[in-house]
Amino acid sequence: MDPVLLDIQNLDVSFVKPEKSAHALRGMDLTIESGEIHALVGESGSGKTVTSMGIMGLIPMPPGRINAGRIVFKGTDLTGLSQAKMRKIRGRQIGMVFQEPARYFNPSLKIGEQIVEMLMLHLGLDKKKAIDQALSFLDVAGMVRSRRVLNSYPHELSGGMKQRAMIAMAICCHPALLIADEPTTALDVTLQRQILQLIRDLKKQFDMGILFISHNLGIVREIADRISVIYAGRIVESAPLNAFFDHTRHPYTRALLRSIPSAKKRGQRLQAISGQVPDAENIPPGCSFHPRCRQAETVCRREMPPTISYGNGHQAACHMIDAHE
Amino acid sequence: MPMNRYIDIKNLEKIFYGRGLINRQKNAVTAVDRVSFGIEKNHVFGLVGESGCGKTSLVRALLYLDPPTGGEVWVDGTRLGDLSKKEMRSFRKRMQIVFQDPNSALNPKMTIEDSLQEGLVNRGMAAGDRKKRIIRILERVGISPSHRKRYPHEFSGGQKQRIVIARALAMAPDFLVLDEPVSNLDVSIQAQIINLLQDIRAEFDLTYLFISHDLNLVAYLSDQIAVMYRGRIVEIGSTDEIMENPLHPYTLKLFSSIPGIEPHEAADTLAPSLESPGDTGKKKRGSLKGCHYTETCPRKGSVCQSQVPPLTLIEGSHAVACFKIGSLPGANR
Repeated sequence: MDPVLLDIQNLDVSFVKPEKSAHALRGMDLTIESGEIHALVGESGSGKTVTSMGIMGLIPMPPGRINAGRIVFKGTDLTGLSQAKMRKIRGRQIGMVFQEPARYFNPSLKIGEQIVEMLMLHLGLDKKKAIDQALSFLDVAGMVRSRRVLNSYPHELSGGMKQRAMIAMAICCHPALLIADEPTTALDVTLQRQILQLIRDLKKQFDMGILFISHNLGIVREIADRISVIYAGRIVESAPLNAFFDHTRHPYTRALLRSIPSAKKRGQRLQAISGQVPDAENIPPGCSFHPRCRQAETVCRREMPPTISYGNGHQAACHMIDAHE
Repeated sequence: MPMNRYIDIKNLEKIFYGRGLINRQKNAVTAVDRVSFGIEKNHVFGLVGESGCGKTSLVRALLYLDPPTGGEVWVDGTRLGDLSKKEMRSFRKRMQIVFQDPNSALNPKMTIEDSLQEGLVNRGMAAGDRKKRIIRILERVGISPSHRKRYPHEFSGGQKQRIVIARALAMAPDFLVLDEPVSNLDVSIQAQIINLLQDIRAEFDLTYLFISHDLNLVAYLSDQIAVMYRGRIVEIGSTDEIMENPLHPYTLKLFSSIPGIEPHEAADTLAPSLESPGDTGKKKRGSLKGCHYTETCPRKGSVCQSQVPPLTLIEGSHAVACFKIGSLPGANR
């Protein structure tokens, strides 16, 4: 079987409104293999969520428009599928965990009803079997007294438990791909660790490919096999975990890593990145990072840098990489 | 009281009572339980704890926004409990607060100039002086004064947080409470705001109470750190003491959960503890007799369940509230 589970090629998405248009993704490339956690790191507005919505076929069209590119999942291009076909894949083959579970559960239905409904719909189980399976997946998600959880309404659970229930629901149909969009951001640090551990365990247990979306490089370091950094709708650097932190190539990634505070840096001034994240309506020409880049030269202002491979799966898009190596 | 202790809190207590005569005691929740600490002039005091542990109640009681039900708050030699309402109002301008979410902290229907001058108008400052001051402060925080007639939605998140900081500075405070001031901002913007906070502290001679769940950030910024758990301070000390020799089992758990840029071995050995419904810690708060951490503590003994461990000085300024410190690794350095 082809190890590549998901292959996003040159995806270009924009949102067009009469008064203004936003270029959310500008030639985005990303691949995920089975049993791999691929972390997508970026700041707000960089296109992380549009990517996950694109994979799920949830980009509202209009105003959204896919101008170019393909999203190949298990050999099928998802961009060309009808809504009916997409509904069969979404939730069944591709599961999703969101940042705020509270907003994605229906508050007026019990957790159990929501999971069971999904199992009956996608897997065609009868109610009794569906309940059994829901229970076993709540156990897998690390929940004790799972029968009580099944009969609870979302508001009766704590934040960490809601996130576990959300994960149980996302994986109960054995999806091949799990999209986790900032799954720990809303949680306390001690819970964060537990949820990360759970996601790692599930990856091993079910051999899923996981797209882990985050803005926190510290968390990503703990969980990812491969990391891609997205800036203004393009991947600027992508590398396996160790190469990413040991041989960081792109100036933006380097600057990000430098700007993170830690106890060791006490007394020193943080090396902040000047300027602001560009908004998708107003992306600078050439390399989109050049207004904030200390190494930018004329060519950066004029030409978009091509993505270059540096071996061992390490890629980066910057004109100046050889200049500062 | 030591000379340069700018803020001194003694046995601060905040109890939220239930409604009605019968439920008053029954449903009482002790949000802040006899908390004492001091902050020296021009220092940064970092307060760490998970959501629901009473950080915000502590801050509100400290600033007398919700007057505490017990204990004393001294600010620069003044006991806040002694002040009349009117005196309190004029005293409070010296203590400003910067919230987590700049979007909800700024009135969307007011230009930023109006937001900034509202407090100055209440103080009776003349229009010309107000304008001068606002222009100076906006320049200081890195917002072009020519943008002062704009509305909050015209600014980015980082800029809005700068404006919130400017609004606090406009009142010429000497104490700032920073309640998760950067956690809603983008990574590349966070460092800018942190640098700004560091600069203005030196420039305006400010004292900070810094609240955050980002332990890396607290360790970077603070001179002193206090760890709070269910309304009580379980460990307090200088940043070096806490970071190099954390003693309380809860602090250890918290520190082992830091998603660090430096990888640490402890990460994989920490088994995920199971959760059960209702284990949010909030409901049972106050009903526990002894140490609040006994339920999850790996070192609990019988004494922990019957008595409240006092905050005991270990060395220097490092104090820990735990009966079992002797059995902890690292205690006998």
